[in-house]
Amino acid sequence: MISTIDSTHLLTWITLSPLLGVLAILFTPRDKADVIKTLAAAFTGIPLVLAVWMYVKFDQSLPGYQLFDDFAWVEAFNIRYTVGVDGLSSPLVLLTSILMFFAVFSSWNTEKGVKGYFMLLLLLEVGVNGVFVSLDFFLFYVYWELMLLPMYFLIGIWGGPRREYAAIKFFLYTLAGSVLMLVAMIAMYLHSGATAAERTFSLITLAQRGQDGLFANGPMLFGMEFRHWLFLFLFIGFAIKIPVFPFHTWLPDAHVEAPTAISVVLAGILLKLGGYGLMRMNMSIFPDVMWDGSGPTAWATGIAFLGMVNCVYGAFVAMAQTDMKKLVAYSSVAHMGFVLLGLAAMNQNGIAGANLQLFNHGTSSAMLFLLVGVIYDRAHHREIARFGGLASHLPMYASLAFLGIFTSLGLPGLAGFWGEALSLIGAYQHFPKIVLASTIGLIVTAAFFLMMIRKVFFGPKKEIYAGYPDLTLREWACLTPFGVLCILLGVAPFLLSDWMKPSIDALASLFGVKS
Amino acid sequence: MDHLAGYVFIGAAMFVLGVFTMVTRRNAIYVLMGAELILNAAALNFVAFARHLGNRLDGQMFAIFIVILAAAEAAVALGIVLQIHHHFPSIDVSKPDRLGD
Amino acid sequence: MDFFDDGTPGWYALAILLLPLAGFCFNAFTYRTEFTRKRGHIVPLLTIGTALFCALSIFKHSVIDYDADHAGGHGTHAAAAHGAPADGSADEHASGGADGEHGAARAAGSLADPRWRWSSKDHGGSYRLIDTGALRLDAGIAIDHLTATMLVVVTLVAFLVHLYSTSYMHGDKRYSRFFAFLQLFSFSMLGLILTDNLLLLFCFWELVGLCSYFLIGFWFENEDPPKASMKAFMTNRFGDAGFLVGILLVYRMFGTTDLSEIYSKMQAVAEGSAAVPSLFGWETGTLLTVAGLCLFMGPMAKSAQVPMHIWLPDAMAGPTPVSALIHAATMVAAGVYMVGRIYFFFTPDCLAFIAGIGTVTALLAATIGLVHNNIKKVLAYSTCSQLGYMMLSLGVGGYSAGLFHLYTHAFFKACLFLGAGSVIHSVHTEDMREMGGLKEKMPVTYRTMLIATLALAGVPFFSGAFSKEMIVEHALVWGFGANVAKLLPALIAIGGGGLTFFYMMRLINLTFFGQPRDHHKFDHAHESPPAMTIPLLVLAFLSLFSVGWPIPLFGGKKLPELLAPPPALASIALGHDEHHGHAGFALAFAVLVISCAVLWVGYVLYKRTYKERRPGPEVWVARFGGLYTTVTNLYYFDEFYRATVVRLGNATARVLAIVDSKVLDAAVNGVGAVGQLVGKAFALFDRLVVDGLVNLWWHLSHAISKKLRRIQTGNLQDYLAFAVGGMALVTLLFLFLA
Repeated sequence: MISTIDSTHLLTWITLSPLLGVLAILFTPRDKADVIKTLAAAFTGIPLVLAVWMYVKFDQSLPGYQLFDDFAWVEAFNIRYTVGVDGLSSPLVLLTSILMFFAVFSSWNTEKGVKGYFMLLLLLEVGVNGVFVSLDFFLFYVYWELMLLPMYFLIGIWGGPRREYAAIKFFLYTLAGSVLMLVAMIAMYLHSGATAAERTFSLITLAQRGQDGLFANGPMLFGMEFRHWLFLFLFIGFAIKIPVFPFHTWLPDAHVEAPTAISVVLAGILLKLGGYGLMRMNMSIFPDVMWDGSGPTAWATGIAFLGMVNCVYGAFVAMAQTDMKKLVAYSSVAHMGFVLLGLAAMNQNGIAGANLQLFNHGTSSAMLFLLVGVIYDRAHHREIARFGGLASHLPMYASLAFLGIFTSLGLPGLAGFWGEALSLIGAYQHFPKIVLASTIGLIVTAAFFLMMIRKVFFGPKKEIYAGYPDLTLREWACLTPFGVLCILLGVAPFLLSDWMKPSIDALASLFGVKS
Repeated sequence: MDHLAGYVFIGAAMFVLGVFTMVTRRNAIYVLMGAELILNAAALNFVAFARHLGNRLDGQMFAIFIVILAAAEAAVALGIVLQIHHHFPSIDVSKPDRLGD
Repeated sequence: MDFFDDGTPGWYALAILLLPLAGFCFNAFTYRTEFTRKRGHIVPLLTIGTALFCALSIFKHSVIDYDADHAGGHGTHAAAAHGAPADGSADEHASGGADGEHGAARAAGSLADPRWRWSSKDHGGSYRLIDTGALRLDAGIAIDHLTATMLVVVTLVAFLVHLYSTSYMHGDKRYSRFFAFLQLFSFSMLGLILTDNLLLLFCFWELVGLCSYFLIGFWFENEDPPKASMKAFMTNRFGDAGFLVGILLVYRMFGTTDLSEIYSKMQAVAEGSAAVPSLFGWETGTLLTVAGLCLFMGPMAKSAQVPMHIWLPDAMAGPTPVSALIHAATMVAAGVYMVGRIYFFFTPDCLAFIAGIGTVTALLAATIGLVHNNIKKVLAYSTCSQLGYMMLSLGVGGYSAGLFHLYTHAFFKACLFLGAGSVIHSVHTEDMREMGGLKEKMPVTYRTMLIATLALAGVPFFSGAFSKEMIVEHALVWGFGANVAKLLPALIAIGGGGLTFFYMMRLINLTFFGQPRDHHKFDHAHESPPAMTIPLLVLAFLSLFSVGWPIPLFGGKKLPELLAPPPALASIALGHDEHHGHAGFALAFAVLVISCAVLWVGYVLYKRTYKERRPGPEVWVARFGGLYTTVTNLYYFDEFYRATVVRLGNATARVLAIVDSKVLDAAVNGVGAVGQLVGKAFALFDRLVVDGLVNLWWHLSHAISKKLRRIQTGNLQDYLAFAVGGMALVTLLFLFLA
């Protein structure tokens, strides 16, 4: 099963090296803010470098997991520390490392509680990367919860005026999902074998046994099959993270209250965990719940439908927003709908689209939140109606903003398009009507973004904004890499899709797709 | 052919007398003498049982030990009695009842 | 033929495509330097000029020489060409030209070879964008007659507009950026033409829309441009959504978006050797029609067809060179080009729909052109109307006629726009009521615009006449013998000529003839500098000595004869391959006569109204007051959309936002509140019951211990007595229990 252990323990290093940073910052005096920031940058830089190395080292021709690290952790329950990546998780590890590095830079101006802030940020990176590399459900769960806590404090302490409300809402929502996941995890563990020795938390084994129909013969509970319960619990757990309508209401509040860098991380990475989890757990372990051998089941149709609702509903609600950050937050809801649509399609195009959308939304939404942060730093408000003519005052800012916005609204040639288009193409195979309805979302998305451009960037100059400086070097350095990624992945989407392809083929083969 | 029962009976009597003295007498000197009786009852029993269980010497050893101990105890106890007398101008053992609080 | 045997055309095409992109990048990245700010036009002019050269070269090889080499003999080469590899086909019906479009395909005995005259994929030249296993997207360059001619039109007009802009935009604070966007537009437009994949065509399609958006909104400080640009983008977004759905349908049917693969699969369907997977229980015919209609949504928006034409007149808020390049000559024609590109795909029903839309657009837009007072908007409606003609033509089966009209129109309409720009540049107004009498002051502008006007109206011997007459012929052939409704396109195409002549002469009259109505502006008027007049002259020349004439350059052929239509595969697939008959010489002559008569009527009307004023325009307005108001209000399309789509969208957004915050979020907060209530209840329970029990225990034990402490006398002897008593008790217990 685990063929070769990676002798360099690369993934472990990527995951845990920020912990060293936490320690280093812990022993740095509180008043040495610059030292702390430099340390944070260094210890998010290390995983970034290692993640790039991982990209180089990763064999893109293999479908399964690679770069294993594995040893027993709690032997009594067969809990193991198993990490490894495949084509679905490794791009997200890279994305996380990139975003975290720039999150540190974009929060360089933090003055309040610098020490705690950066320690929590580093801890967050441990949690997120840990989730992506875990191949043991228990480990996965531990990291999943580990990531929750720093986020709570980062929003709750460094956030805006309603930060406590937002933080608690975020925490409780996510915790509710985690609890269901915990129940499912334990149930799966207990069901995974007759004796203690056979039971396992290993995601590889669970997926193998699940695909062999292990969970199909569970007991009926309250009139629903066992595997359906498990599927539902896991789905809700991940749906809250994605977030899927109607579990999305934590997102706008959390985004609006969170400081810029945290919004970036939240939208750029944390939402991706949900989509990733759906693939790793729901689709891999319970393919038979979504696919009945010849076509999609009601469950898959339901997921596609929710995806459509996300697209349309998120876009419409975004259109009614007056706060820039909230608008961007709701646009994320709309964009994540395409992920659901693509996954529900269960074919190569759909899954590829969903994965591209995960990565590309990571860059484009990060860029948008950074952009909103830039203008908020100057104007100290985010009311769309109060802006105007910024394209005259801040030309460089405007150019990058247009790039981000048009990526986000899915303009071909920029990264955002491929995810949306492939998701739709994939989903069209099974759910033509749902896809038709989703195209309304495409139109409305364009509408609200253009409305924002018109009101914020176009129009006559306004005197109050005349003195605003254009992008500083630091802001420019934070934004440009994302701009480059948006263009690069727009004109060369194969950089991502080739990387993911073997794993996508493997996943799609569970649903009757021959590659 | 020994008379264990006799020795034990005498030992028990001495013990009971000692206890009785300790409980009833108010004069600290008498109380000490009661304690002395108890110790000697114990010593007697040691010797008697040592003889009874095969003429061994360990009982005798304990008896000697008890005698020495009794002497030491008497010295310390008399010292305490003197202190009590110094503190409360009496050697009535029912007077110092501060332990109750 | 050497040109096509290796990769040479690919390098030329790549140069055409990438040079403008390089120009864009150059201007975008060096916009701060002194050179780019002051001389931002130099690099763009060089790139687009080189592209023009390459395009001409490709045109020469792939249209003129190719045709001479391959289709010299009518049909005799057909059999040989049929078996020829890669580049040696697709042309046997070129010979028939306008007269035998369907006939040629039939005469060949089987369906024509779909492949391009030159495709980069035959030479291993492609760029793999993405490959999911199910969908493989290879960007390749494909060249056929359509591509080659479009390349020339686009690069030529783009070059002239670049040149023109050096003067028109001189002194603008975003001078270099203007050229950057022109370059980006040229890149996107040329990509749209060169690509061989439907999905990539869609990509470039959206990119030209983006450039249009930025160029319409170029002067974004003003009030109108931002609104107009947003309107343009949104209207197109609606069309594009339809286009995308069409692509989804095509992909579902054929499993590919590659045009030549679609073609061959379609061919298999037409031959009956393959079937299309069904959807919604529809038959193949319905499915193809629906797909065609969805795809047509894109051109409908992009080519400003009714009812999605509303954005084009507003788009005139952009700088005039942009209107000439994007909103007259090239981008709006991309819709027509796209319909031509996938012409084989359209079923007869679909084509009839296209013809209908084209007809309505041709008529409606022309009537609005009659009454508008803004010089650019009259031209915009005229563009709309002419695009309607093109669609009409394609719809009635006049493939070459429609595309030919596209080419002729590109030149004379660009000329008109640039001329209008020249006037605006000179008098600083777009309102024709403030112009007048400029004939002497701006002779070059006047003469070139007049030539273009005559071409637009279709006066014989000007380029427009050739294309328009072909359109009318096709429409007549199409509608003849069927019911009366099918004759409408033909009738309107003929009548529209008169309308066109009328409104264009009105424009010329208001602008150049008569007495100046605003003397202040008139006094400042002057002829434009050479950078602006040279493009005008070139374009006027092209409108006059039209490509419609059989000229030696084309081997004695007319251009439309080189534009052979692909076989109507969809029709064949559905068994609808009826032959429409020939537009013989008699018909052509009749059309010529009728058209001239209509033109004459139009001219007479114009003369009576504006020259002799019997009656003058006011009388007409008074007589048809209601109609006039309707037309001046643009048939209330904007109001209609504002009241329906926009309102519905905004209302939905507001309602859903309220639902989100007042219902969903309230529900979440409600759960929180309930949680708090439950918490408080538990707290109460905790204090009263749980804590109460604990306290009770404390009180109890306190009371008991208060009694019990009495035995603690502090008297040593008492303790000793207790100890001995206890020991005795234990001993007794042991004794009894043992």
